[in-house]
Amino acid sequence: MTAAAAQLDAMVPCPGVVRQVAKDTPDTFTLTVSRENEREQNAFKPGQFSMLWMFGVGEVPISISGDPANCDQLTYTVRSVGKTTEALVSHKPGMSIGIRGPFGTGWPMEAARGREVVIVAGGIGLAPLRPAIYEVLNHRDLYGRLVLLYGARSPRELLYRKELAAWARQPNTQVLVTVDYGGLGWHGNVGVVTTLFKSAKLQPANSIAMICGPEIMMRFVTRQLGECGVTTESTYLSMERNMQCAVGFCGHCQYGPHFICKDGPVFPYAKIRPLLDKHEL
Amino acid sequence: METLERIIQEHPFFAGLGDEFMDLVSGCASNVRFAKDAYIFREGQAANTFYLVREGNVSLEIYAPQRKPIVVATVGVGEVLGWSWLLPPYEWKFNAHATANTRAIALDGKCLREKCEKNHDLGYEFLKRFAQIVVNRLEATRFQLLDVYSAQK
Amino acid sequence: MTAAEKPRNRHPRVRGVKPAPERALPLSASSTRVSAAAAPALAAQPPATEAFSARHDARARAMPAARLGELFQALVARGFEIVGPTARDGAIVYDRISGVSDLPAGWTDEQEAGHYRLIRRNDQALFGYVVGPQSWKKYLHPAEVKLFAAERQSGAFRILNNETKPAPRAFIGVRACELAAMKIQDRVLLADKYTDPIYAARREGVFIVAAQCTQSAATCFCASMGTGPQVKGGFDLRLTELLDGAHQFLIEAGSERGEQVLLEFETTPAGDSELRQAEAAVEKAARDQVRSIDQDGIKELLYQNFNSPRWDDVAARCLTCANCTMVCPTCFCTSVEDVTDVTGDHAERWRRWDSCFTLNFSHIHGGSIRVSSKARYRQWMTHKLAAWIDQFGSSGCTGCGRCITWCPAGIDITEEVRAMREGDTHGNA
Repeated sequence: MTAAAAQLDAMVPCPGVVRQVAKDTPDTFTLTVSRENEREQNAFKPGQFSMLWMFGVGEVPISISGDPANCDQLTYTVRSVGKTTEALVSHKPGMSIGIRGPFGTGWPMEAARGREVVIVAGGIGLAPLRPAIYEVLNHRDLYGRLVLLYGARSPRELLYRKELAAWARQPNTQVLVTVDYGGLGWHGNVGVVTTLFKSAKLQPANSIAMICGPEIMMRFVTRQLGECGVTTESTYLSMERNMQCAVGFCGHCQYGPHFICKDGPVFPYAKIRPLLDKHEL
Repeated sequence: METLERIIQEHPFFAGLGDEFMDLVSGCASNVRFAKDAYIFREGQAANTFYLVREGNVSLEIYAPQRKPIVVATVGVGEVLGWSWLLPPYEWKFNAHATANTRAIALDGKCLREKCEKNHDLGYEFLKRFAQIVVNRLEATRFQLLDVYSAQK
Repeated sequence: MTAAEKPRNRHPRVRGVKPAPERALPLSASSTRVSAAAAPALAAQPPATEAFSARHDARARAMPAARLGELFQALVARGFEIVGPTARDGAIVYDRISGVSDLPAGWTDEQEAGHYRLIRRNDQALFGYVVGPQSWKKYLHPAEVKLFAAERQSGAFRILNNETKPAPRAFIGVRACELAAMKIQDRVLLADKYTDPIYAARREGVFIVAAQCTQSAATCFCASMGTGPQVKGGFDLRLTELLDGAHQFLIEAGSERGEQVLLEFETTPAGDSELRQAEAAVEKAARDQVRSIDQDGIKELLYQNFNSPRWDDVAARCLTCANCTMVCPTCFCTSVEDVTDVTGDHAERWRRWDSCFTLNFSHIHGGSIRVSSKARYRQWMTHKLAAWIDQFGSSGCTGCGRCITWCPAGIDITEEVRAMREGDTHGNA
């Protein structure tokens, strides 16, 4: 793509066609979208996001949650929490949406090569991490052990359940799942995601950790990782703030001196550690 | 076949406990098994045992009228089940429900309490370890209370 | 020169609508932003106009004030829309002006914290005031602009590209602090990861007639910020008004384009006394400034004082009215709004100025991050004076004093910095 085209793509939505809308949980849906233009426009790095535009309604930043090896379409897992996301998940196959992007920094897949990849996800935080998991599984011999620790509110709210089971069967892979509130029929772990650490067999000297979830969860998890011996330098978080333009001009997503849209959303923990406990930053 | 003493010694809970105490402790230990769905103890019963889980899984449940029992936590392999035996009123606050075939080392709480009263050094070792478990549980529970995954409106 | 002839000397900071240098997205999570080390080099790069003499020298010309209209005529003949200061509604604002008669001759501005009045002068100075509530961002980074329009037909939509290029403009009476503000906004909107095509289109080819301040308001502190009152570069023509003796202007070119315009009306070479008068007036304007911000270690000062009780003190006074961000010449935050017509088949996306002082500014699902007025004031001040340095390599503040004048509560940013330094709550981060 030319530089001029990349610039334009960043500012003005490009039409995409919704191919599939699948319901994951009572309020979360996965949309598959294909772009009418070149396939190369669908290239993205795990951890990046797009701005999805609903004609006349508004735009929202949504992490790309699909397989980076698949150039035919873009996949998004969306939680319906407001007017715009509700409109988004109400789309039917065949309808158009506008796409801008991809934007932002991605997970440190290159730095992760040859190392144990520890992925800790909370709730919908598993969505931006799924492309990283695909990346590891698609190039299995480039990476060490894969450990996925995933926590959700309740069994009903677990994402990608079939894939979780499939991933667990992969060689050199450990998948541990927990829910805050169990129920009859749930025979797995009950407790917050940090309770999974004791069962995760980590090799902290060679680990690289990627975390995404509610900010409180990420603070508890980084502490726990530290206690397990994973260094600050090996830990990465995906942060969230109000994003509107995604190109660093509207100013809304500032987090201290960082623009989440262009300096993030993935940050090395060392970079934002001093900001995490600042109230109302 | 492993002796009970060696199994206890290797359990993470007892890491660092000196040999002189190991004898005192193993005297109160025995092997136990629970079939899937058995209740290991129930709320309100006298609490005189604690368990080192070696295999299986246990759910801590609370019963509320008009509702199915609520699982508040799970205890798995390598973890300790039960601390109500250590301090008065020595009564269980939750139900412990084995959700899989479960094997554990049961330690006679009454017997251990007496030994701790006679030997305060042993008592201190136990309290230190249990304090850590309780603290971890408390932090995790507070985190759980935050209900961080709920969609706030 | 015909009106259609394209001005040959572009402002050095503007690269046209060409995108910023493409940066490959790194696989690692490190920032792609220009590092703080590289950025000062960018910001400090002297514009080409410095080559055309920033100092008063033999190239300076003089002309009687009465003939200033000829400059306007020369600019109009070249097809420029003239925008400049004019008195309206009790303030000096920027608007289209048709001639010298629209300038606020004989007026000056009395400014203090939360105070602005127009006062009559005892002469007919045309630029005998400093800056009013508006800044040139009104034109370069407009308050309201349409980003695009789209139409929908049977489920599919297409974007309509109906941009209108704004008319070429000439800005009259641009102050040193305002030039500094433009340079700062150039860095933000043209020279970072992306380029804002709207700003670029409006910035490109703007003809700048700067006016050196020969007096300061009580709220000015450009001298301490290193941004004025002397105009050092980034202009096409520079005016310095002389009032001792004959009412005249020192006029100097700062670009090739400016030189060409200068040739279109009669001027005389500036004499030594005129040069000295001009220099003295600008120096006096600097000396007269009563406010200042000590820039030494200001970034660390603000970062380390995140939990300072001083913020509660300001919060008790701040109304979060957002006036400061509206009048600030470097504030650039905007928000977008999507609208449709009644049929729902025609949509538009509009961009408007926004302010970090609004409660909604930091809103994500579940609520806003910065709820208290304390958090919002702290965000603005810390961003303006400290985080801006990390982001763009320079302070975001030009010392124009508008935020002090136009704050209804009279909050003074220079006073807040001073209080923070003296309170010295180091280690309270």
